Amino acid sequence: MYRTHILVCGGTGCHSNNSGKIREAFEEQIKQRNLQDDVLVVGTGCFGLCAVGPIIIIYPEGAFYSQITVDDVPEIIEEHIVKGRLVERLLYHEKALGNKAVKSLSDTNFYKKQTRVALRNCGIINPEKIDEYIARDGYQALIKCLTEYDPQQVIDIVKASGLRGRGGAGFPTGVKWQFAKNQNNDTKYVCCNADEGDPGAFMDRSVLEGDPHAVLEAMTIAGYAIGSHQGYIYVRAEYPIAVERLKIAIAQSREYGLLGDNILGTGFKFDIEIKLGSGAFVCGEETALMTSIEGHRGEPRPRPPFPAVKGLFGKPTILNNVETYANITQIILNGPEWFAAMGTEKSKGTKVFALGGKIVNTGLVEIPMGTTLREIVEDIGGGIPNGKKFKAAQTGGPSGGCIPAEHLDIPIDYDNLISIGSMMGSGGMIVMDEDNCMVDIAKFFLEFTVDESCGKCTPCRIGNRRLLEYLDKITCGQATMQDLDDMEQLCYYIKSNSLCGLGQTAPNPVLSTLRYFRDEYEAHIKEHRCPAHVCKRLVRFNITDACKGCSACARKCPVGAISGEIKSKFNIDQDKCVKCGQCIATCRFGAIVKE
Amino acid sequence: MKSIADIMAIREAMQSQIILRDNADAEKETHIIVGMGTCGINAGARTVFNALVDEIETRELKGVRVTRTGCMGDCAEEPLVEVRIPGKDVVKYANVDAQKAVEIIEKHIVGGTVCAEYLAKA
Repeated sequence: MYRTHILVCGGTGCHSNNSGKIREAFEEQIKQRNLQDDVLVVGTGCFGLCAVGPIIIIYPEGAFYSQITVDDVPEIIEEHIVKGRLVERLLYHEKALGNKAVKSLSDTNFYKKQTRVALRNCGIINPEKIDEYIARDGYQALIKCLTEYDPQQVIDIVKASGLRGRGGAGFPTGVKWQFAKNQNNDTKYVCCNADEGDPGAFMDRSVLEGDPHAVLEAMTIAGYAIGSHQGYIYVRAEYPIAVERLKIAIAQSREYGLLGDNILGTGFKFDIEIKLGSGAFVCGEETALMTSIEGHRGEPRPRPPFPAVKGLFGKPTILNNVETYANITQIILNGPEWFAAMGTEKSKGTKVFALGGKIVNTGLVEIPMGTTLREIVEDIGGGIPNGKKFKAAQTGGPSGGCIPAEHLDIPIDYDNLISIGSMMGSGGMIVMDEDNCMVDIAKFFLEFTVDESCGKCTPCRIGNRRLLEYLDKITCGQATMQDLDDMEQLCYYIKSNSLCGLGQTAPNPVLSTLRYFRDEYEAHIKEHRCPAHVCKRLVRFNITDACKGCSACARKCPVGAISGEIKSKFNIDQDKCVKCGQCIATCRFGAIVKE
Repeated sequence: MKSIADIMAIREAMQSQIILRDNADAEKETHIIVGMGTCGINAGARTVFNALVDEIETRELKGVRVTRTGCMGDCAEEPLVEVRIPGKDVVKYANVDAQKAVEIIEKHIVGGTVCAEYLAKA
């Protein structure tokens, strides 16, 4: 019996910060001190607060240590494990509380407002041990379904819960399952979309890394509900840890008879295979994803027929996102009423967001639907670093839009986000401050979609390229107001004529920034000025009268654009200047300004 | 290949392990704190700690958490054990040994009667 558990985060963030070595160091030290029968070292999935990784948590105290290095390990063993004293120096320090040390993870502002359903096991169990999953009620939902419910009852429960697809569009999951069940066909498929491609999004990766069995169990339940015997998980090859843990989980499930020909002796047959995607963004679109699983080039096809009627290999198929599946087992175990009690009228349950950009607590958060953006940014996220002002939050990735400060108090759910011109998306949330140029942001996302357009349909392939050219023109200060109107028209044309979701949503970042930050566009066009000083072609560096003539900037300038006489004001040759900003960083008198 | 009964058995066996990581109800749980500074350890706190954990496990008690802390001050009285039951006064026992530890679990934690003879003086 172990008295103490040391949990070391093994998510991608902490892993790339050497958490593997930290775990080994703990194991070695514990052996040296002959404590291996008392202390268990556990590698877990993501704890969520990636900004202060690598993270370790020691139970039963629940002590939360952040930014640990291998060199800290002996001190933690000596002080905490042997003598029972917390190592104050290494505890997480909460900025909001005047940098006070916080003892346990659940005491941090970051965690207090969260409700963990999809992430319930992340950072608690060892994802490579099926027994730990079983201890946390794992596979109880499957047993309940197979022994107590018929397939229609399972679908009714999912319908009653109000669960909507967490991949972005928010289609009711139970309805989707019903369509597939109603199809009369011996062969049906259950697919899982783990091709998470939005820039800055890592929710699905964290679930797969931290709790892979939850996805396997839910897919098996889905198979039972719609009458399918084969599942596929389509996961990006760029997620090596997630793929590895999925493989381990599938092997363990097969060994335990939780996947296979006769699951737990009930006669139900279901198995799951992993298909690796090669990182094409369009393969996250459902028809392109299935085309890719079939072994063809990942291109979308028109709908209808919808996948529930004619999907993978021409058979009825359901495709759900990782996070959607991660909710299923809890809905079965706790009942649909429990789930429907969380959230807003039309959006039930919780949503996981990957918080990034200009925010103190970069990481993974799960909040009940209806939480306001302000609570996410200010309370959970800890606000904007360096005393800067919040400008906008981008949700929905390249398909979504920006939410400006005036909408900070809007409760987040599917319908509210659509009504303010953004969308839920898969859950990436990028926070921007006053130093971000909104035209530049729109350009960034559009560059991404232009790169990732598969090229099958013209509106997306050529339309988005033209759209990007307009944005280029604006950021260079060469556009006219007529261009702005034409550009807006083109946005609507692309949206209504593209074949798949990628093209239909690609202009969204442009449209939403136009809606809320039109003044910035106009400043670029009319005044040839970038208000945030981001667009290089429109920025000028000037030396003010505060210049002491020390020549430090002139010596630093890589292109020799600065000249002048010692002890008198220096000048910048605008034709030579490449706007690298080295001079500003060098000047000790704050005499150089960006205009 | 496992049966449903096998899965249930694994769940039972593993739950006592993993319950240690559940901090959600920490405020509603009974906490037993053992002073494990150098003084405490020297006086035998480790044996006491293990005896407490073992007894809780044998009795399959739920919602009782045994943790360590550093020196509790009265070094001469170590090993010291503090019992915190939500809604009740904090009770501190002195000069605890393995046998007294078992008794504390039996009478105080399970039975609800404080073991007056082992109380710390201060």
